[in-house]
Amino acid sequence: MLQDYLFPETISEAVSFLQNNEGQARIIAGGTDLLLDIPEGKVKTNCLVDINRISELKKITMEDGVIYIGAAVTHNQVAGSELIQEKAAALACAASCVGSHQVRNSATVAGNVCNAQPAADTAVALVALGATVEIATPDGTQYALVEKTYAGVGKSTIDSTCQLVTRVSFPAARKNQGTAFVRLHQRNALALPMLNVAVMVELAGGRFKWARICMAPVGPGPMRALSAEQALKDAEITPEVIEKASRAVLEHANPRNSALRGSKEYRTSVLPVLVRRALEQAVANAGGTCN
Amino acid sequence: MNLKILKFTLNGEPIEITVSPDDMLVDVLRDKLELTGTKKGCGKGECGACTVIINGEAVNSCLVPAMKTMGANVETIEGIGSPEKFHPVQEAFMDLGAIQCGFCTPGMIMSAKALLDKTTSPTSKEIKRSLSGNICRCTGYVKIEEAVQAAAEKMREKQ
Repeated sequence: MLQDYLFPETISEAVSFLQNNEGQARIIAGGTDLLLDIPEGKVKTNCLVDINRISELKKITMEDGVIYIGAAVTHNQVAGSELIQEKAAALACAASCVGSHQVRNSATVAGNVCNAQPAADTAVALVALGATVEIATPDGTQYALVEKTYAGVGKSTIDSTCQLVTRVSFPAARKNQGTAFVRLHQRNALALPMLNVAVMVELAGGRFKWARICMAPVGPGPMRALSAEQALKDAEITPEVIEKASRAVLEHANPRNSALRGSKEYRTSVLPVLVRRALEQAVANAGGTCN
Repeated sequence: MNLKILKFTLNGEPIEITVSPDDMLVDVLRDKLELTGTKKGCGKGECGACTVIINGEAVNSCLVPAMKTMGANVETIEGIGSPEKFHPVQEAFMDLGAIQCGFCTPGMIMSAKALLDKTTSPTSKEIKRSLSGNICRCTGYVKIEEAVQAAAEKMREKQ
């Protein structure tokens, strides 16, 4: 049962509220996951520290080619941001797929990362974008790659009882870079992803310079398809190369049988198709062609 | 238990009420303020029956701690029209039969109002996206979308 609900005005005040409560308090941003977990007993806390009054956490900004998304920025704000649509299309698309319109008006992208669900749409996109989280802790600011914040299914290395994610950042896509997000779901709204794939590519002279491919839920967190990425490095952009790389993602994917998400067999067959589509779209977004 | 004084604006009127930190907005509206137009369906943010508008955005009031609305502007179905003067969305739902049992209707109307407050020329895609979190189990969604379009048209005429 909650005993208190606090409104810090600054990041340092938020961290000190957490400290004062010695592990019994927890950060709330959107709360759309947390408020389901508390009554079910999955999360125990007696005080919520609401970060929505900290003005610097409510902004999307770009400085020196790096985009910063504050921890109180919602999915709909990200999905509707022209900057994100232009410079990180995969993330805008991923943010528009989460939950329902109402959920996206409350739920934050930083919260999607902190909740550490393996197929969190925006986390999958952020891993492909090479994103970093900035974390305010009692010992100062720390940084971690989004893909390194997964400590298991639903478990994050970020401890919301003593740490606060302040913002997520990633390099804006430059010329010759493209991103894409592809999702398979049972219906078009309010559906969990059966599979989701995000990719980022950089092209140079008809070749891939590099590619980052992230896919879920095929492991305990968003999974990088490292073999496929290796296969694309400096490779010519042809349908054959993309097809081969798309099949290679299965080396790093271990989908389970799931009543909600489909059978292992089905998802194993479909995953390479989604990766191929994502790669083709990212190449097109980067101004390249696959012929 | 540490009770809190919550102050916010509800349907245009300043409100001050004592709540517990774990009270959800939907329960405060229905049980303490007796505004039972906002329905509680799933309680998990999946059906949209409890949709209210906070600071211009449609949200599930079952997933909002009441305390989160401190200082906010909250609109419920009771605040947008009255039997003497219905909101254009309410009127259109009645005129076009976009209603059966009525349980989902307040949520549908609040989602539609939030959209039409932003634009009175919504596309079909925008209407569908705005209503995607509102589940109706009686009927389909065609009449509901038509009603939102009709309300938008009425609102455009008045502009």
